[in-house]
Amino acid sequence: MSPEFRDAAVQVTYLVASVLFIFSLKWMNSPQSARRGVWAGVWAMVLGVGGTLLNPAVAVSSLPWIALAVMVGGLIGVPLSKVPLTAVPQRTALSHAFGGLAAGLVGTAKYYLWLHEGGANLTTFRMFAISAEVILGFLTFTGSLMAAGKLQEILPGRPITYRGQLMINFLTLGGAIACATGLIINPQWFFLFPPLVILSLAFGVMLIIPIGGADMPTVIALLNAYAGLSAVAMGFVLDNTLLIIAGALDGSSGLILSIITCKAMNRSFSNVLFGAFGSAQEAAGGEEGKTVKSASAAEAAEIMGQADTVVIVPGYGMAVAQAQHRVRELYDQLTKRGIKVKFAIHPVAGRMPGHMNVLLAEADIPYDDLIEMEEINPEMPQVDVVLVLGANDVVNPAAKNNPKSPIHGMPIIEADRAKTVLAVKRSMKPGFAGIDNELYTMDKTLMVFGDAKAVVGDMAKALAGDSGMH
Amino acid sequence: MTPFLAAAEPSGLTAYIPLIFVFILATFIGLDVIRNVSRLLHTPLMSLTNAISAVVIVGAILVAGPPVSDEHPLWITILGLVAIAAASVNIVSGFLITNRMLKMFKSRKPEEKS
Repeated sequence: MSPEFRDAAVQVTYLVASVLFIFSLKWMNSPQSARRGVWAGVWAMVLGVGGTLLNPAVAVSSLPWIALAVMVGGLIGVPLSKVPLTAVPQRTALSHAFGGLAAGLVGTAKYYLWLHEGGANLTTFRMFAISAEVILGFLTFTGSLMAAGKLQEILPGRPITYRGQLMINFLTLGGAIACATGLIINPQWFFLFPPLVILSLAFGVMLIIPIGGADMPTVIALLNAYAGLSAVAMGFVLDNTLLIIAGALDGSSGLILSIITCKAMNRSFSNVLFGAFGSAQEAAGGEEGKTVKSASAAEAAEIMGQADTVVIVPGYGMAVAQAQHRVRELYDQLTKRGIKVKFAIHPVAGRMPGHMNVLLAEADIPYDDLIEMEEINPEMPQVDVVLVLGANDVVNPAAKNNPKSPIHGMPIIEADRAKTVLAVKRSMKPGFAGIDNELYTMDKTLMVFGDAKAVVGDMAKALAGDSGMH
Repeated sequence: MTPFLAAAEPSGLTAYIPLIFVFILATFIGLDVIRNVSRLLHTPLMSLTNAISAVVIVGAILVAGPPVSDEHPLWITILGLVAIAAASVNIVSGFLITNRMLKMFKSRKPEEKS
């Protein structure tokens, strides 16, 4: 094979792979075509890797080692794909860490390789791209590890704040950028490269420490965008269009998801990243002495049994309690009686965008009954019973009517406008954001205390027991 | 020579303009395509883009590929191989878990009342 032919073959496979990546994401626009999207992605990846192996720079003698590395990765990857769906957020965060690590390592290798060759290849533009790749890659690596640790509850989920935190964070990032600038001015200043790597790694840790669990949907989306951008930077370093295109697709996905989650919390990026939302100080101010009415699971079941429409609002509590299969039983019992059951899904319910949908789909609930917040809110006044299941801040009316509340302005599922509210909760402890929820003290609200899984199971049983009643 | 190889000559910024074009246009396509993704599928979308971003394996292969020599020290190859392994984790787990999740999304059966 002539070098020119080989070269053309590489570029053509990259072109086809790029198109397939675009289709892969395009087909995610509906659940019917989505699995085709996965296959498009798989083929794109196979072509991308295959095309790269055609590259004359890849020696035949290296192939066994490359295959070995792929196998090692695959052996770690298979168990990672079998985690319970409640653990998908931390799995995703962990994958971002691997992606960031790969990008950072390649950037580092390229820098030293070109430096070793004398540095003629280290043009200003390339040094800029390498710096971006290394900063983004390594900060994504440690930041995602921290996020995964928080989600897995190896690390405390509450924000950790200390005096001068913002200052130290900015100095760390500033230091990394200063090293990068120095290297761009003169790539031969190799002594600046190790501090660049270390400061980027440190910044990733420090960026995530002050961010609480409730903000994780935004953080994961943002880390997704960073991983994409580091792939783009790698594409510029290696003059590789496939990397640029796939990275840009990935980056725009992360960007859109973080915008959606920020909007769903009525907050800005900088507020999520530097706000230390829900830190302990804010939790202190709560009114006490309000009475709460409570009911047993059986009583709650009876109320639902007499309704025409029931809307279930799931939240992270449902995921923690692994209650989705009991929810399915309740759904079955209610629909059997001709009661219309819908699920109201808040964009940031759970720990990553779309988390609730996946859990409910796992429990075989048809996706036609999973309704977005904007769609369900106008119907709320006609809804007989709202069952709030492990959700808290996303149904807190303070977001609408208390300008002093830290979540004021956040769009919520307007459970308070329904005729009756049933709220399943472990205790009266405030939610992740540490804010009181006046929904629980309203006249039409009945609290059902207990573990979500047990309570919902009891509800379903109670309904099954007296099915002749309706 | 393809235009992309021309960009490989270290001849200043203008050589990179075609790549910047590619980046900008791909971003526009990305924004448009992602905006149309069903909200139902945002979690699988994220695991799919996770797998797609593992395309960095291409760069890792190019680093690990050349034979070890004085110009290409062993430790560089090792960095590349570690990067290949890390990216492979994402390729394998990303595609598998996306497929697993998507299999669960079912529409209401037609015989059931709506």
